[in-house]
Parts: sequence; C-alpha cells; structure tokens
Amino acid sequence: METESAVPLGSGVHWVGALDPGLREFDVILKTANGTTYNAYCVRGSAGVAVIDTVKAEYADTFFAHLEQVARYDELTAIVLNHLEPDHTGALPELMRRAPQARLYISVKAQMMLKALLKSEALAYTPVGTGDTVSLGDRTLRFLNTPYLHWPDIQCTWLEEEGMLFSGDVFGCHFCDARLFNDRVGDFRFSFEYYYAHIMRPFREYVRDALDLIEPLELKLIAPAHGPILRDAPRAYVQRYRQLAAPQLHNEADRDKTLLVFYISSYGNTARMAQAVRDGAEEIDGVRASLYDLQGGEVTPFVDLIEEADGIAFGTPTINGDAVKPIWDLLSSLAVVKVSEKLGAAFGSYGWSGEGVNMVEDRLRGLKLRVPVKGVRVKLIPTEDEMEKCRELGRELARHLTGRITRRVIDMAELLKEPSHAQG
Amino acid sequence: MPKANVTFEDIGITVTVPAGTRLIEVSEKVGAGITYSCREGECGTCIMKIVSGMENLAQRSVLEDKVLQENMAGRNNRLACQAQVLGGEIVVRPG
Repeated sequence: METESAVPLGSGVHWVGALDPGLREFDVILKTANGTTYNAYCVRGSAGVAVIDTVKAEYADTFFAHLEQVARYDELTAIVLNHLEPDHTGALPELMRRAPQARLYISVKAQMMLKALLKSEALAYTPVGTGDTVSLGDRTLRFLNTPYLHWPDIQCTWLEEEGMLFSGDVFGCHFCDARLFNDRVGDFRFSFEYYYAHIMRPFREYVRDALDLIEPLELKLIAPAHGPILRDAPRAYVQRYRQLAAPQLHNEADRDKTLLVFYISSYGNTARMAQAVRDGAEEIDGVRASLYDLQGGEVTPFVDLIEEADGIAFGTPTINGDAVKPIWDLLSSLAVVKVSEKLGAAFGSYGWSGEGVNMVEDRLRGLKLRVPVKGVRVKLIPTEDEMEKCRELGRELARHLTGRITRRVIDMAELLKEPSHAQG
Repeated sequence: MPKANVTFEDIGITVTVPAGTRLIEVSEKVGAGITYSCREGECGTCIMKIVSGMENLAQRSVLEDKVLQENMAGRNNRLACQAQVLGGEIVVRPG
C-alpha cells in the first residue's frame, strides 16, 4: 500500500504524510491491526507556504518526496508542530536544514521538549497560544492551545478561510488505508474509539476544555496526525469526543462521596477487614462505600468504577513478601483513567511479614493519589481491637472524603520514630 | 534550634520541624500528597504550592529556579525536594 503522491485536501492544501501499514504495535500500549499513518500537511497561501507536522524518522524520504511535489524548500515560510512526539517530528531536523528560512511555530509548553528533541539550546522558534495567528497572505493559520490531548505540548491549527482543523493527535486513530478520507477508507470506527480510550481518556477534563474551543468552529474538515482525514460529517467526531469525555457511568448517589473497597483474601481475614473498613466508612454521612472481591471480577469494569470514584482502598494479603497479583493487575491498569488526587489506602492480613500493605501504599502515592491514613496491618486473624482499627480506618477515610478531618499537630521527632506516616 | 511549623493542607497535619529541614523529609513521612520522582531537583514532579509562608523558606537555588521555569510554575510554587524551612509558619499543598 503506497500513496505515490501528495494528496489534495482542497485548493493549495495537501497531505504530504506517510503510510505505515506494517506496524502492529504503537508506543508499547496500542495494538494497530492494520498499521497507521503519519499525517503531515502543506498549506499554500498567496504570501507563504506552511508545513504542518512531519513524520516518523524512518518515513522521512516519503515525506520529502511528497512535499517536493507541492512546494520548493525555499518557498516554505512556516513549520508548525502541533505535537512533538517523535512520530511527528522525525523529519524535522532535516526539514529545518533544507528550509532554514522557515519559521518554526510551537506551543508554549513544547519549548522544553523541542530543546530535548533536537539537543540544542540555540533554536529559533516562535511559541504560540490560543488566538495567535500566522499569515500566509490570503490564508491564516490560527492556533488553539489544547494541552494534554494527550501530551502537554499539543495544539491544533485552524485554517480559518478553508474551515480546516489540523488537529494533531486529537480525533486521530491508528488505521492505515491509502484512500485517506473517512468516506472512502474501510471501517475505522473501532480504531477511533480504541485510540480515544487509550490515549485521550486519562485527560478527559482537558478534552472538554479543548472541545469548548473547537465546537464553535465552522468545521468543513478535520485533518488529524494519524488515521483517516475526516471530511465527511466532521462534527460527528467532535460530538463523539464530547460523549466520550462525559462520565461513563451514571451515579445515582452523586451528592455522596464514593469510596470503593477492593480486596482479595486467602483465608477470609483480609475479607473481614475489608468489610469493617466499609462499615466504618458507611457510619459517616455523605459517603457511599462499596465492597468488591477482586476474585469475583474483571479488571476493566473496576477501572471504570475507579475513574468515577473519590476514594479507593485495597485489602491485600502478603505472600512471599509481596501484595498479590490481582491487586497489581488492577493497579497496573489505571494508566487509562485519571486517578491523581483521589484518596487512596491499603490494609491487609499477613502470616509472616506483611510488606504488601506498604507496597500498595507506595504504588498509590506513585500514581499521585493522596494516602493520608496509614493502613492497618494485622498478623493472621484480626482481633476485635484490630477490627475496630479497620472500622476507624474506614471512618477516617470517609472523614477525609467529606472534609471532616481532625487537624493535628505533631513533632518531627515523633514522626521519625514511626516506620511510615503519621497516623496509626 | 529554631523550629518551624509546616502544615500539609491536603491531609490536615501540621509538623513542627527544626530549621534547615527540607520539605521532602517531612511530607513523605507524614503521607502528604506531594509526589516525588528524581528527588534531586531535576524532574519537577514534586512541584507544590505554598499557600502561605513563602518568606519562611530558603531562597530558590539556581537549579530550582531553572526547573520551576521550565515547568512554567507560578510564583507560589516550589520544589518540595529542594525547599528548605527557615522558621515560622508555612502552609503547603500538592500541585
């Protein structure tokens, strides 16, 4: 599969990207059943020519061949980078060498990445933000700052006279079809949804902000950096993003804070502790606490639940010095949702050593959750006193969720005596 | 030795610490929500907000200043792994 030439999107606007039909896995995290495309574009105006994005380094020759069909290097006045990941900037150093007069436009947040990418501090570029424009004479490129879709540096470029949005990774997908346009290629609906779910979903608050900028535009065409160019019903894709960025699950107790207690238990001890944590949390008004045995569930629906929760607690036994695999399986599956700033906690029963609880707490902190309450660790069968500690853990988590924490003052010297954090 | 009170607003705990303590030494111990990666003032992961008491922290080093600028941090931000307590009252939170 090879497009042998640049492909017109409209008068004086061309796709000059490359196809990569053989790719089967992108960036470790995404499967690509029929490859991907690296979309780059060239826009010609009466007083300037712009290149928007480039391609992965291995495909630079194809990109330059396509570009040369529609522009000379000495005509280029602007190079716009909507996103600096290497699959879009692989041909940048050579393009800058061939067109040294072209001014580079990047988002404000892309500046440090550009320096790291090109390993040079002495670079000439113009940082741009929402509303900034570059004139090509009779055509204008207007920038929309859309950070974290899915990197901090992402921006979209709006060719206002043509109603074309060059959207970077936004509205993109990994789907390779030389026919390029959404009304001509094969069925890529799954790829579009799959791409959103793995790339954009953790940043849904930013997606909503970006859509606020994009929705008012009179869109005639969306030209993303991967996958089909959306010229048929482009607004449908914008609407789909709006749907996908809404909470996935309806919460009928939305005035309450939600605490999810997950556990796994070999002899029933950690299960009893989990029940006590849940019971304690339920004593506090304004908290809806729920209990789930990880042995009875699959990871994906739990990830959906966690995305909407305010707090999560994990009960784990310790086996051979580690928390158990179902806990790690869930904790390693949270990269697709936003969990930072949620409340986290761990607890569990153990036979010998009991490191599992601290390891889970560390992992939660690593995921940027707040872990303000030290977990309860119980050697083998919990006593009534220890069960009460579990109930108090639940109450304390609920107090944190509802803003009813008791403020405390402690001395550093006391803190240094304790093995972990302050509360016990 | 002069003491300072550092309040971690997100968890509601105030810790009385000796002058010269770096915030990283306290925040991890107390379980505050500030997270760390390199712990050496390079990555910017531990950027935190000083709610009040900025004047009670030692001045930014050239290194800290550079990292904060690169991360487009505001004037109320510091790196928890670098910021050193001088005395008085300081209130911090993650972010």
